[in-house]
Amino acid sequence: MSRRERNWWIVGGIAIVIYCLFPIAWIVSLSFKAPADIFNGQFLPSNPTWENYSTIITGTASDLFLPALRNSFGICLIATAISCILAMFAAYAIARLDFRGKTLILSTALAVAIFPVISIVTPLFNLWRQIGLYDTWPGLIIPYLSLTLPISIWTMSAFFREIPWEMEQAAQVDGATNWQAFRKVIVPLAAPGVFTTAIIAFFIAWNDFAYGISLTSTSAARPVPAALGLFSGASQFEDPTGAIAAAAVVVTIPVVVLVLLFQRRIVAGLTNGAVKG
Amino acid sequence: MASIEMKNIVKQYGDGFPAVNDVSLDIADGEFMILVGPSGCGKSTLLRMIVGLEDITSGDMVIGGKRVNDLAPRDRNLSMVFQNYALYPHMTVYENIAFPLRLSKTPDDEVRRRVTEAADVLELNEHLERKPANLSGGQRQRVAMGRAIVRQAEAFLFDEPLSNLDAKLRGQMRTEISRLQRRLGITTVYVTHDQTEAMTLGDRVCVLRKGKIQQVASPRELYEQPVNLFVAGFIGSPPMNFLPATLEGDKLRTPFAEITLDEKRLAAVQGRELLLVGIRPEYFEDATLVDEAKRPHGSTFRAPVDVTEWLGDSQYAYIPYEAPDSIRTELRDLAKELDSEELRTQAIVSIDATSRIREGREAEFWLDARKVHVFDPESGENLTRDAEAGARLTQMAVEDREEQVQQAQREGQTISGESGGSPGPSGGAHRAGAA
Repeated sequence: MSRRERNWWIVGGIAIVIYCLFPIAWIVSLSFKAPADIFNGQFLPSNPTWENYSTIITGTASDLFLPALRNSFGICLIATAISCILAMFAAYAIARLDFRGKTLILSTALAVAIFPVISIVTPLFNLWRQIGLYDTWPGLIIPYLSLTLPISIWTMSAFFREIPWEMEQAAQVDGATNWQAFRKVIVPLAAPGVFTTAIIAFFIAWNDFAYGISLTSTSAARPVPAALGLFSGASQFEDPTGAIAAAAVVVTIPVVVLVLLFQRRIVAGLTNGAVKG
Repeated sequence: MASIEMKNIVKQYGDGFPAVNDVSLDIADGEFMILVGPSGCGKSTLLRMIVGLEDITSGDMVIGGKRVNDLAPRDRNLSMVFQNYALYPHMTVYENIAFPLRLSKTPDDEVRRRVTEAADVLELNEHLERKPANLSGGQRQRVAMGRAIVRQAEAFLFDEPLSNLDAKLRGQMRTEISRLQRRLGITTVYVTHDQTEAMTLGDRVCVLRKGKIQQVASPRELYEQPVNLFVAGFIGSPPMNFLPATLEGDKLRTPFAEITLDEKRLAAVQGRELLLVGIRPEYFEDATLVDEAKRPHGSTFRAPVDVTEWLGDSQYAYIPYEAPDSIRTELRDLAKELDSEELRTQAIVSIDATSRIREGREAEFWLDARKVHVFDPESGENLTRDAEAGARLTQMAVEDREEQVQQAQREGQTISGESGGSPGPSGGAHRAGAA
């Protein structure tokens, strides 16, 4: 690569990073602006303040925000855990066993994943009300599984296919049952895959808005994205922009932390050394 | 420890292709059996059927007197070293070796004792806390062997264990495996496509071709009394030369020389027009360097030398010859089947390293007629095979083995007595003693 070419790449890279990070910087900046300061016509707040944060954590919006935060965490973690465990078994079967209808399962999973959420929200709303799942945690966990499972199965079966067959056969010859071979050899080897899948699944559930706003009505199960939509200003002439921005920053933090935390676990090439090098 | 008996074993894949076709083989208790053949001959499939990773279509697999066809691998109590070692990358070397013991719920101090013992034998003591990713190829190979020897398995199975090592290390590990097997005296089945490994390691060698057994015999018998063209061509490096020949009176006329056959062999080859004579490279010699006493046993001939290769301790000369088309295709097919390619019909001749024969010139060679074999080109059958002589060779090998095993175990006992109290640094002494 010539020097000139490399410079262009660097310039292009910086441009893309700025383009991507600008909205986030804007939100952060907004969250530090007082309500009167929002339309100050500047990027930076003229008088940085924690006011918005105190509004959502201790102030008027806290009844809306804090339970929503708790709901979001609980629902998303449970949905992620269930979807990872189920996807692990499904992906293992898809990668390892030969059975009829394998392609059917994979294509069905794909079909579910591309099915527009908005078109099933209304029927689901009616059904959930009938059977009493409306405005409950399971009432959100189940639809979230339909979002996270397909992608989890696809990613994880790709990871499982990478694990050499011999590992499992060696374990079986060493005296392991199928289950022991799976638990003691395959799962630890697939751990990076499981973490990657878990992160993706968590994000999908965490970012959902359509189900969250439609299938809940109180703070019993309402997740953060839906709660943000219900924020209101101090008076009806005042936009809750600052509070929403602050809440958006708060809900972004766990996502960032999660990625930084698991980044170390997603070590590429964990299977190095298993087979000849 | 146990014997392994296979009775009419067949492995048929879904498309009806028989990868292993009616194989019957008895492997004695403590024997080192080699399964050898070109790629695709079914040797690995056969091994995987022994260990239980592959279903058996029909036939009986009997290990230690028990039919195991329907047993899962874990219930067969065999240990196996895989071609790519299949070490568990998330466990340390210690845990890798201990894995079979952990699965059988062995108490911790027993595990420690046995892993240390295995590590002693394989000189892995310094590496016990490392992960497989940080080991060299040879070390990984030893860890895989450690995992195999750590428990009292009925038999060891090796699936081309050395094919991923470089040539030098391969030689070392080969002697190491041989020593280990003698010392432990455990029935061993070893799959390879490398005929050096087959010849040096095996008590008996089973040559497979397209899923069928060609010959089961000691390496010496395979070399000196091959049953057919395939075995003769497969065993030996450089390979046996096959020359077209016609019978004229009591002489075989080949492109080079006339070979006089003794009565017994003459009777065996009667009645066929075209024959193939199999001559190993070392049956030739530079005519000027042959002992006068030996000279009458063979015939001399002149031939142009295409290429010579001088290797220090030996020298090879390549002599081109013309062959009829039918023989040419026959030889080409054989070469293809043996994973090699025969581009031209030429004889490889081993001559003394001091010989002054130079390439591009005509030279005089001498050919020892005593050990040549004559094959039927159509069926490939060896017409001059001396079954009795072959059986004698194999019998000798069996006796040698029994003696070696007894000796190795005697020595092993005295050594394990010495080192019982102080495991660890005595690893070197072990090996020296076992050697």
